[in-house]
Order: sequence, then structure tokens, then C-alpha cells
Amino acid sequence: MNILLFGITRDIVGQQQLSVPSAEIPATVHELKIWLVKQYPALQNLSSLAVAVNNEYAQLEDTIPAGAEIALIPPVSGG
Amino acid sequence: MHISIVEQVDLNQAYQLLQHDGAGGVNLFVGTVRNHAQGKQVTKLVFEAYVPMALKEMQKIAEAAQQKWPLDGLVMQHAVGEKGIGEPVVIIGTSSAHREASFAACRFLIDELKKTVPIWKKEYYQDNSVWVNAHP
Repeated sequence: MNILLFGITRDIVGQQQLSVPSAEIPATVHELKIWLVKQYPALQNLSSLAVAVNNEYAQLEDTIPAGAEIALIPPVSGG
Repeated sequence: MHISIVEQVDLNQAYQLLQHDGAGGVNLFVGTVRNHAQGKQVTKLVFEAYVPMALKEMQKIAEAAQQKWPLDGLVMQHAVGEKGIGEPVVIIGTSSAHREASFAACRFLIDELKKTVPIWKKEYYQDNSVWVNAHP
């Protein structure tokens, strides 16, 4: 599973994308966030951290379909 | 409606897209790069977007505005990349038969864009840089 990174999440991880080893692929958005914070504790210090699944904001309890496009959405600041 | 993420916003193009024989008013909001933030001197901004999702979110906001107000035209353009002081980075445009709808919709569109559209800006100062809004 690949995760697209933007803004400060890319700086924290130090890469454009993050790949989750197949043995650790999370079933839900909530599990994904737990995994992320364990790997990169600095993500916890952000004002918010949303997850997008197939270009839509996902809820914590949402399951992650196989092959979905996943992205981390730190606090937005457009305009 | 015309929604785009571009290297450079285009005010003339936005105005042309808003022209409509039934419209008695055209509103254009232009967001620009300011030279200061939180008491510090800003040297430049860099914008990035998650383009496919940003376009989708802008589309949702535009549809919501069209439901709320009788609009003849609607434009949302956001720039990405490096922008210097004074440069335009976002254009929101609306046109309608009477000005009330254009004013209200224009305000709504920029306010909502700032809340949900996945676009980020990094502010550069003399000595460092920060992603805006990232930390409490």
C-alpha cells in the first residue's frame, strides 16, 4: 500500500510517498492512523490529520479498499 | 462553472468567463501574497495541491453555491508553485442578475475553499519557513 504525502507530512516522513509493508496493511483509516503515528510520532503534533481514500475525505471507521488511492491531508492552507 | 488549478491565475480570462447577457453584476475576488505574517517579513510563498482531490472539493463548493444563489457564472482558479509578494494566487468570480447573489456567493466560495480544499502554502521568511496552519 502506497500513501501520498503533501505539505508538512512529506517533510516529517522525508519522502514523497510512504509504502506500508504488506504484512502491516491496515483494514481501516483508524488502524492506518495508529500505524502512522507509531512510525512517525511527529504526526501527532499537527493541528489535524485527515486521510483521503480515492480523493474523498474518509472517516476513522471507514475500511480501506484494496488498490485505493490513499493520501494524508494535513491542515489545509489554500487561498 | 470553471474550476482550475494552474501555474498562474488569469484575471482577464476569469472576467471573460463570467460575462453573461443576463448578468447585471460581476464579482471578482483576488487573493494575493502579502509581505508579512504574524509580525514577520514574508519573502515568498510556495503552494502545492493534491490536484485531483482539490478539483473535486472545489466542484462540491461550486455546486453548493449554485444551489444557494442564482448565478450566471462561476470561476474558481487557484495557483500552485512559487509566488512572490503581490502576486495573485487565487481568483474567485461570480456573476448574477443582481449584485446580492454575486457578493454572497463570492464570499462563500473563498471561505469554503480555505476550509476543505487540499492546497497547502509554505511561508518563507528571512531565516526559515513554515507550512501555514500545520501546528496549533
